[in-house]
Amino acid sequence: MDDQSVLDIKKHVRVYITVFSALMVLTVVTVAISYVHLIMPWAIVVALIIAAIKASLVASYFMHLISEKKIIYGVLILTGIFFIAMMVLFLTAYGDQQGN
Amino acid sequence: MEIPYTVTARPDTGLYNAKLGIWLFLASEVMLFGALFSSYVLLRVGASTWPTGSEILDVPVATFNTLVLIGSSVTMVMSWASLKMNNFGKFKLYMGLTILLGLTFLVVKAYEYGTKFHHGLYPETSTFFAIYFTLTGLHGLHVIGGLIVNGYFWGPGSKMWKTNPGQFTNRIEVAGLYWHFVDLVWIFLFPVLYLL
Repeated sequence: MDDQSVLDIKKHVRVYITVFSALMVLTVVTVAISYVHLIMPWAIVVALIIAAIKASLVASYFMHLISEKKIIYGVLILTGIFFIAMMVLFLTAYGDQQGN
Repeated sequence: MEIPYTVTARPDTGLYNAKLGIWLFLASEVMLFGALFSSYVLLRVGASTWPTGSEILDVPVATFNTLVLIGSSVTMVMSWASLKMNNFGKFKLYMGLTILLGLTFLVVKAYEYGTKFHHGLYPETSTFFAIYFTLTGLHGLHVIGGLIVNGYFWGPGSKMWKTNPGQFTNRIEVAGLYWHFVDLVWIFLFPVLYLL
């Protein structure tokens, strides 16, 4: 491996450490907020927003999605569409059941 | 027969084959856990009462386990970075740490399960515990699967570094993608089950 590539990886390592620190802090923040006992819809919204930020940090940097090939993004977009369709299908079925 | 594109990228996808393969597998995993998450949502909105996780589960222990799993993700990516920098010794260290952290997660989870069983709390106790044991149990099985793969690459599988370092580095990247996904699932499971 040439010197430039090693330097690039060393830069990545610094990013990994920063992301690790951010994930640790966000975990503590999630738990701290749960002790505030927010009213229900807001408790869910805040917890899921923090979880989504943590997940995007892991996906972007540890899984290298921030600089990946187009075909991977294509696979993930399709997965997202199917995931949303599944959720909508289940919730629609539930709503239909309630309507009856 | 030689497996094609284990090191070099396929011209049409721009990726080595295993990388596209693992992402397709992870897409199926998203649907598996997605189905269970949507089941959780349906069970919860359909229930007349639902317990707050923090009142019946051990939040400090689960917080510790969350930090352990996040730590294991960092050591996993560091093991790959070490190979990229031609440092096999560091790879062994970081992969060893990843395995140790994964085992710690399982031991803590077993302790949590043991405490619940000791108090007579089983999947049949309530809908909450049914979905709690299903989700965390399936996640635990994924951790065990990851540990088996990582253990192989740390031990006998690491011989490939001498014969084909490029392919071995790619294998670690693929194993890492799976391991980070397992971490990612826990990032959602933790607040959903324990805090809300």
